[in-house]
Amino acid sequence: MASLKEGRRVKLRHSRSLPLLATTGVLAILYTSASLLYPGFFTVRVFLNLLGDNAFLGITAIGMTFVILSGGIDLSVGAVVAFTGTLIASLLTRGTPPGWAMLLALAIGSTFGGAMGFLIHRYELPPFLVTLGGMFFARGMSFVVSKESVGITHPLYQQASDFGLPVAGGASLPLTGILFLGVVALGVTVAHGTRFGRNLYALGGNEASARLMGLPVGGVKIAAYALNGFCSALAGIVATLYMGSGNPAMGFGLELDAIASVVIGGTLLTGGAGSPAGTLVGVLIFGTLQTALVFDGRLNSWWLRIAVGLLLLLFILLQRVLSRPAGARHP
Amino acid sequence: MSPPLLEARGISKAFRGAQALSGVDLTLREGEIHALMGENGAGKSTLIKVLTGVHPPDAGTIQWEGRPIQPRTPHEAEGHGISTVYQEVNLVPNLSIADNLLLGRQPTRLGLIRGGEVRRRASASLTRLGLDLDVRAPLGSCSLAVQQMVAIARALDIQARLLILDEPTSSLDEREVATLFSLLGRLKEKGLAILFVTHFLDQVYALADRITVLRNGARVGDYPVAELPRLRLIEAMLGREFHPVSPATDAPRSDSPTPPEAFTPLLEARGLGRSGGMNPVDLSIHPGEILGLSGLLGSGRTETARMLFGVDRPDQGSLRINGAEQEIRSPREGLRLGLAYCAEDRKAEGIIPNLSVRENLILAVQAGRGPLRLMGRAEQETLADHYIRALNIRTASRETPIRNLSGGNQQKVLLARWLALQPKLILLDEPTRGIDVGAKAEIERLVASLRGAGTAVLFISSDLEEMVRNCQRVAVLKDRRKIGELAGADITPSGIMRLIAHHEG
Repeated sequence: MASLKEGRRVKLRHSRSLPLLATTGVLAILYTSASLLYPGFFTVRVFLNLLGDNAFLGITAIGMTFVILSGGIDLSVGAVVAFTGTLIASLLTRGTPPGWAMLLALAIGSTFGGAMGFLIHRYELPPFLVTLGGMFFARGMSFVVSKESVGITHPLYQQASDFGLPVAGGASLPLTGILFLGVVALGVTVAHGTRFGRNLYALGGNEASARLMGLPVGGVKIAAYALNGFCSALAGIVATLYMGSGNPAMGFGLELDAIASVVIGGTLLTGGAGSPAGTLVGVLIFGTLQTALVFDGRLNSWWLRIAVGLLLLLFILLQRVLSRPAGARHP
Repeated sequence: MSPPLLEARGISKAFRGAQALSGVDLTLREGEIHALMGENGAGKSTLIKVLTGVHPPDAGTIQWEGRPIQPRTPHEAEGHGISTVYQEVNLVPNLSIADNLLLGRQPTRLGLIRGGEVRRRASASLTRLGLDLDVRAPLGSCSLAVQQMVAIARALDIQARLLILDEPTSSLDEREVATLFSLLGRLKEKGLAILFVTHFLDQVYALADRITVLRNGARVGDYPVAELPRLRLIEAMLGREFHPVSPATDAPRSDSPTPPEAFTPLLEARGLGRSGGMNPVDLSIHPGEILGLSGLLGSGRTETARMLFGVDRPDQGSLRINGAEQEIRSPREGLRLGLAYCAEDRKAEGIIPNLSVRENLILAVQAGRGPLRLMGRAEQETLADHYIRALNIRTASRETPIRNLSGGNQQKVLLARWLALQPKLILLDEPTRGIDVGAKAEIERLVASLRGAGTAVLFISSDLEEMVRNCQRVAVLKDRRKIGELAGADITPSGIMRLIAHHEG
């Protein structure tokens, strides 16, 4: 042992947490400026509504985080939200108990995601194309279920969407917001505290290595898509709670908003680095911009897209700058 | 003698018709460091991948402590106690050292990983190897040597009884190699079997107890190190009998007019080197001269060629082209100065399989002109036809996709691509590997005719006879250093082998 006293101590590099810090900084700046510009913005109620209003985007984004961490992508989430939402609404009009309808939706969503994951893994197909196919399929199927929006009148549903967890000053957190925060908490735990989560990071970091390390690569990959399918179905449920209806045309482009939130939240699109916690911040940035535009009232809603576009470019640029020194060490 | 830990018998494996292994035997014992040696394509990596379950063998048996096993995945092999550390560190740089060490077998409570326990166990297994590291640091922030050690620590953490190391030292410096070796020595004392692939002869003699030599997918033999002198090992690897006095095969070449030193060399390198790549080397090549670069695999032949052409930038020494000091920072600059480099791996760095012979052939000429001065179709066809005739490229037509050609003819198209630039110096890295005898002879004739036209050639080949036939001078490399130069009548296979064997690194 004496001859091996050469072990060296490596300095902990903080570059991994830098994207998250940067995102949080951007959120703080946006929130502060909006609070200063618009009276009434800096209230508990506005913040709680922000969580509730963006819950279904948030939940899909958390699911998307897992797929992106694994090194993949899923374009089908918006369509799956529409399909499950419409399915639940039309089942309810036929008298199915809400609990069963929701369970069925969650089962379909997970199976659908898992099936796409299986195709991607088993036949080594590009995730972009498989989930593009899944997107068209699910969108088409939601119009098979119903050609137009189906209203929900079930009394339990009414109670659920009126429910709110009282916080401070008479403001309350709506059920959708509670579900969102619950999914975030679960997501963070799974990503950082379980073998599955660590395997996911390993898979996204280097798939060949992960396989040679004896990790169950196929299972992890399929599970990531199944988990995302589950989240999409849950987001479909939340969407019906939020809108009181199921609409086959809803969630157009939701997958792109979700991907943008994930990337703005500091997750590397190539996989292996990032966190569901960052995605929460990414979604909040999205929501803050949206709420600020509503408060302003003068600006067209497309300014949201412009701001998101610029932020997205800023963040991928930031990630490139941060990851360059690490890349240079492995010629 | 202890019973063998692992005994592989008659292992065969073919990939798409190419026989990678044919009937190979391998015996490994506990407490033994076993070196697996062989030149490129000898089948070392395939054998390892069969043992570790990456590739199933076509034929043959593997006995583990006398019981037959058939590992189908690396995970199954690990279950038996066979752990592997591959050449490129196969860990994930984005996770921490602790995560990398325990990935897939973290201690959990109710499905949740116990973070403190993970870090404690990771530290403990590193401490056992005499390493003191912050296990929370991302692996990517560590040096390659540390990453290699972490990979070994991970491999040992599964109660491994056989540790397979595939070229563990290729990216380490001397001090790091020493650290690794003392670690391997202690593991051996603990009764571990170690199978070790390397190209560095000195390391084999410093470390190994036994050596198995493979050549062309077959086992040449299994020897105790003490009974296999270096010269015999090199013979076994290169497949050539060594005759100290044998005028028949070692007849000196008749035509060897060494160019007079008075001429300005076309290319002259002084102390040209690259840290982590090649030690400083002196080379000179004159117009109309064929300079050979000889040495075993991993001796730095390709590294030298890549450095001269600017693929890898040298960080020390100087380079003169036609007497004028030059710095070649990219292949583009190399081309501008009249150099051309025909790379070793023609599949990865040369041909574009779906393009036609003509398209592959004109690539370099067109690239040299830039996108604004496109070659006319007629000009392309003239050029392609000229070289198809001149090099006797056997193809159905000039529009045939190059993937339909045989290896030898693909190689000729690649040569033509560079020759079309009319370079002053062409670097040929293993131009005859994997092609049939007829094509080989044609390429050799072509190289000789280049010489007649005043072109300088840097010729790299593992085939010693070929070096003797073609080169006026041969620079011999070993362990990424130039160890000598032979000229004219002194160029013989045994001369080259003697230099390599007797030079102490």
